[in-house]
This record gives sequence, C-alpha cells and structure tokens, in this order.
Amino acid sequence: MTTKTKQGNKMKSAEKNDRFVWTRKHLLGLEDLSKQELVHILDTAEGFKDISERAIKKAPALRGKVVVNLFFEDSTRTRNSFRLAASRLSADVLEFTAKGSSVSKGETLRDTARNLEAMGIDIVVIRHSAGGAPYLLSQCVDCCVVNAGDGFHEHPTQGLLDIFTMREARGDLAGMKVAIVGDIAHSRVARSNIWGLHTLGAEVFLVGPPTLMPAGADQLPVTVCYDFDEIIGEMDALNMLRVQFERIGLPTFPSVREYSRLFALNSERMKRAKKDVLVMHPGPINRGLELESEIADGPNSTILRQVTNGLTIRMAVLFLVNQAAAEKRKPEA
Amino acid sequence: MTTLLIKNGRIIDPANGVDKVANLLVRDGKIAEIGKFSTGADEVVDAKDKLVVPGLIDMHVHLREPGDEEEETIASGAAAAVAGGFTSVVCMPNTDPAIDNEATVDFVYRQADRANLANVFAAGAVTKGRAGEELAEMGQMVRGGAVMFTDDGSGIQNPSVMLRALKYSSMFGRVIAQHCEENTLSGGGCMNAGYQASVLGLPGMNKLAEELMLYRDIQLLKQAGGRYHAQHISTANSAKIIREAKKEGVAITAEVTPHHLLMTEEDCSGYDPNYKMNPPLRTETDIRALRAAVADGTIDCLVTDHAPHLRSEKELEFLYAPHGIVSLDCALGLYEKALIETETIDWVRLIEMMTINPARILGVNKGSLGVGCDADITVVDHRSRWQVDVGKFASKSRNCPYHGWELAARAVCTIVDGTVKYQA
Repeated sequence: MTTKTKQGNKMKSAEKNDRFVWTRKHLLGLEDLSKQELVHILDTAEGFKDISERAIKKAPALRGKVVVNLFFEDSTRTRNSFRLAASRLSADVLEFTAKGSSVSKGETLRDTARNLEAMGIDIVVIRHSAGGAPYLLSQCVDCCVVNAGDGFHEHPTQGLLDIFTMREARGDLAGMKVAIVGDIAHSRVARSNIWGLHTLGAEVFLVGPPTLMPAGADQLPVTVCYDFDEIIGEMDALNMLRVQFERIGLPTFPSVREYSRLFALNSERMKRAKKDVLVMHPGPINRGLELESEIADGPNSTILRQVTNGLTIRMAVLFLVNQAAAEKRKPEA
Repeated sequence: MTTLLIKNGRIIDPANGVDKVANLLVRDGKIAEIGKFSTGADEVVDAKDKLVVPGLIDMHVHLREPGDEEEETIASGAAAAVAGGFTSVVCMPNTDPAIDNEATVDFVYRQADRANLANVFAAGAVTKGRAGEELAEMGQMVRGGAVMFTDDGSGIQNPSVMLRALKYSSMFGRVIAQHCEENTLSGGGCMNAGYQASVLGLPGMNKLAEELMLYRDIQLLKQAGGRYHAQHISTANSAKIIREAKKEGVAITAEVTPHHLLMTEEDCSGYDPNYKMNPPLRTETDIRALRAAVADGTIDCLVTDHAPHLRSEKELEFLYAPHGIVSLDCALGLYEKALIETETIDWVRLIEMMTINPARILGVNKGSLGVGCDADITVVDHRSRWQVDVGKFASKSRNCPYHGWELAARAVCTIVDGTVKYQA
C-alpha cells in the first residue's frame, strides 16, 4: 500500500516537469534511465523544436562551449545531426575521425580522450565499434560524454528520437505495441529502443530469425516472434532495422531473398497492418530489401520525421548534459 | 652442511598422510626429519600457528619470455611465484617464438637457473608454432626437460591432429593438456555468451566451445591412449563431462582457476578488461558446479593461469583488450576464500590439490615432505587478514581484478631446495 502511494506521488511530480532536475553529465544509454528522466529529455526536445523552424536557427545555450565529434566508425547521418545540433546551440564543433580502433594508431582511447580534453573540450560525442567504449571514456575524462552508438550496445539518441517520433504521433507511449524487425542481436538501435520503450510503458515485440536474436532474449522485457505476419496486425509501430550486408553469408541467414520474403515490409504485408501504423527506419534504407520503396516513401513512413526529430533530441541531450556538468562545477554552498 | 629448522608448525603433507604439529629439519636442501626433536640449526623459522606444507605447484602460468619481456620475465614470474608460496611453476609455451623445440625449452631452464628463485618447468607446444597442424618435436623437448605438452592459448582444432598428438605423446608418458575451445563457437567473443553479453552489447563465447572440444578429446583419448589434462575448465557441463569420463576409467585430469571459482559474468558489467579472460567468467551455477567438482575429486588441481599484460593493453576497450589476469602473488588467499571459507574442502585437500596432485600429473618428483625429498616448503599464515595491493606484486604486470580484496591466507615463507627465497 505504502509503496503504491509513493509511486503515485512520484508520478505526479514527473508530470510537473519543472520540478525535475536533470543530473547526468553523460548519456551512455537508455537502460538505466528512469521514466522521469526519459520524459524530461523528450519534453526538453519539445521545447527546442521551434528553433529549427525560426528564420535564425540559433540559440545561445552552448555559446563558448566546445563539442567534439569523436567518430571511430563511419557515420554520416548521426555525425551531421550532432554537428548541426551543437551549432544550433552555438557551440564550437571539432570533428575528429579515427578509423577502426584506436589501437591501430598505437594510442589508446584514453590517450586520445585525454589529449582532446587538454584542449578544453566540454562535450565528447563518441561513436565506436566496441560496446562500452563511451563508458570507458566517461571513467577517464572530466568532460561530458554522449554515446553516438557503441558496438551493438546502445545508440541512445536514436532510441530517443524514435520514441519522440512515436510520442509525437500518438501522444502517449503507454500501451503502444511496437515491433522491432531484423537483426536484433547486432543492433544497438534495438537495445536502446527496448529499454526506452519498456520504461515508458510500451509493449515491445522483436521480430527476426532466431539466429539474429540476442542470447538470453527471454530475459529481456519483450515478446520474441519469428513470424512477422502473425503479429503485424496488432502493431502500432514497425521499426525496420537496416540489414547489415556483412552478415549475409554467415550462418545467420541464408540469403537476401529469403530474408526479404520473411521479414521485409512490402505492400503485401502492409495490407495486414493497421491503417495508421507508423513505419520507422533508422536509415539509411536498403530500398527493396528490408523496406519496399513505396512504403518507405508512403503516408505511414516517419523516416524523414525521425531525421528532423533527431536534431531536436540531440540539441536537448547536449543541452542537458552541459547543464548537469555546470551544476556539478558549482561549489557547494 | 647447512641446516634449516621450521619450528612448531602444523605440518600438512597429503602425499604421506601427515597432518600434525611438529618440527621440520632440512639438511643440505633435503627434508631430513619431521618430529618432536630439539636440535639447533643454522637458520630457524618459527611456524607457530602456521601451516607448513610442501611447496605449492602451479602447473599453468604464462611467463611471457621469450618475446614479451615487458609484461613478465621468467625471473619476475618466479619472484611472483615465491611471493605467492609457489616453489614450482609450469610456464606455457605461447611465447614468441613458441616453446616448440628443445633449444627454447633449454632457454627456459637457463633463465630459471639465472633467476634462482622458483623451479620453473617448461611446457612444450604440441604443434609447431602452436599452429595446430604439424606435431612439434616432443621427444626432443622431453629430452630438454619439458614436463607436459599443450598449445594453450588456443585449442587444437583438428581432431586428427589431436588424435595423433595423444598417440605420439603416449610413448613418453607425458600429459597432453588442452585449452578446450572450439573456435567456431567462440570466435570474436570477449565474454560469456548470454543475457549479460547481450545487454552489454559484447560478442559472447558459447559454453559449448569448451564443452564440445572436451567431449571430443575424451572420445579421441579412449582410442589413442596417452594421458589428457583439461586446462582451466569453466562450466558446469565440463565438470559433468569429466566426472563421467573418470567413472569410465579414462586417463583424464582437470584443473580450475581461482577466477572461475569466485567471479561471474556480472563482473564484466563495468567494462573493465581486468575481468576479461579466456575461458570467460561464467555464472553462479557454474561456480557452484565447479566447487562441487573440486569437492568430489573431479577436478584434480588448482592453477592460476597467471597471464600478465601491459597496463596500456588492459586500458583498451573491453572488446579489444587481451584476455587474462595475474594472480600468482595472491592465489593461495583466493583459493582459501573460494574453497575453505565456503567449506567446500579442508586445508588437507586444498594443499593436496596444490602440491602432490599436480606433481603426479606432471610426473615430477615434487609436492612431498617425505624424508629425502627436495626441501621445497611453504609456510602459510592461514588466519591473517591482508589486503591485496597490486602495487606490491612481484610480477611485472598489474592486470588483476583482486586489488583491494581482503583475504585470509598467504605465504609467509617460501623455501626452495632448502633456501629461503621469500619471507613476508
């Protein structure tokens, strides 16, 4: 009884967002974020929406701050999105590309990070091929760390922008049914979506062949399904993951054709879906592979909306971690 | 004639069924007498309230020489050994170049002589360059003093090569030890496969990689003859497979490390590469099963798999950091914590598993306090409270997850061939 009341109180204060104080100077993943924290990011992003629509697309929130895009893996979309988000908040942006792992250069990630920090960096946005690299970074630097995708661990801003897009379309995530379709085992996007959606009360379905399901999926807060057609009719949103070509030919699935037959979203399969189902994709799309062109460009597609929202979400995240760092720097009274 | 007297200790000598409080006299590097006598000696060690046991033997260490002397040398590894109470260690052949010929085996013994600390025995590679293809010159290496053969660091993938290795080695009476890992089931992995790895976004190593090779080898062994030793087993099912093979009378022995008895995959959650090793940390269920396998004799001996790595390597991302941790300096305390504090076995059994059992597997004349035996002796304070401080390790490397752990047991005096090589 007592617990229930307490929870009730918590919920109320969460709704009154102005009382909530964001305290994380790093955003490493969505797994350990509370409902309050998630809602706070989404609400903050809501407030940044109009900046992109103004004639002068600039706000002073990060003026005088330096954001580094530290990308150890190829990325165009996420990198540009972070860069633009930082510029809209008036930060200076330093682009840093290091292909592959830092090992190849004889310098460790710590070395690279400490070197950057010595130049007076405020926020590091990191993309890395190894799960946990942003965590490692957060342990050895003083500045803020934002994970822009690490191995197949998490891609929190992608998860947030997907969730933001769903909330924008539906108002509330509670009770929503969301299918994530494809190579779940190797997907950081899937993991961030799972944690975020679950915490916000949505029901998550994972669809794909058993060979592309993560080990121990039965312990995740999800329903696993191997037959897309069986569940498509109940879904409110379909998040179609990109097929990673480098995995084809491995014993995970036999051929592109077979994958398409079983798990692609095509017009035939769309007929079974709800009329207003949201069709999502983290991009870039393999047209005709996981997603038929007609659907990708059709009325249910939120793909471009996701790109727009990505910018807003990243502004919110950069803003919040910087704010938390500033709070922490203040001497205690 | 030099004499050394160890006074009033509890002498535990499982090889001879001895467990009593007595004095032990060493004369000219050999055990001379055990009993309640009162003689003077050139040197006296007071062992009151302490255990006096045969020098500990670790048949699985990596001393990195030749090739990676920045990480460890035979001398620094031997220093870590005696600091941990080990009077004998067996160094694995995954050096650069590999210990796969008589000259390199000889080199190990020369370096060990120069260090003059612990007995360092060489394990030779089963195949040339540890490539798993052609048999190495085992006969020549036996002549050079190799006490066992293994391609440790990797398992021998090809069953036909393994079958021949077992057959061939049988004529020397030396054991073939296997690092059981079927690469197709573990390749690219960096921790135990399962929920934890999925959540951390790290590629997993399937338990079956270990179990399938172990099971395969047992079938090969039945046909080939020879002796087989399963290295660092880590799963409940491996223990079960060995237990059943032993029941059938197969000539198999097995070892386990402290980390597989004390830690689980949950410890990887902070992405600290000091929890990365091969085989990886498994689960609570596996720990329970491994402890049970120690208790019922399925597992014969305790080893460290001491694997030094540079700080700069262990500061890499978890995925890219090398496998392995060091623990020679503190292993005894870890075993006490894993097996005695948990009432899995008593001190007599623990000492048996760290002395006479590995000595028998290796066929070396060590691990006993019988009169006339080499005076390799360890005095153990089993009721101290001490904190592991990697900064004080004699090993050159610091890649150790036990820093700060509080342990009860430690070696306070290590004697090799009648000479005190370490004193706390």
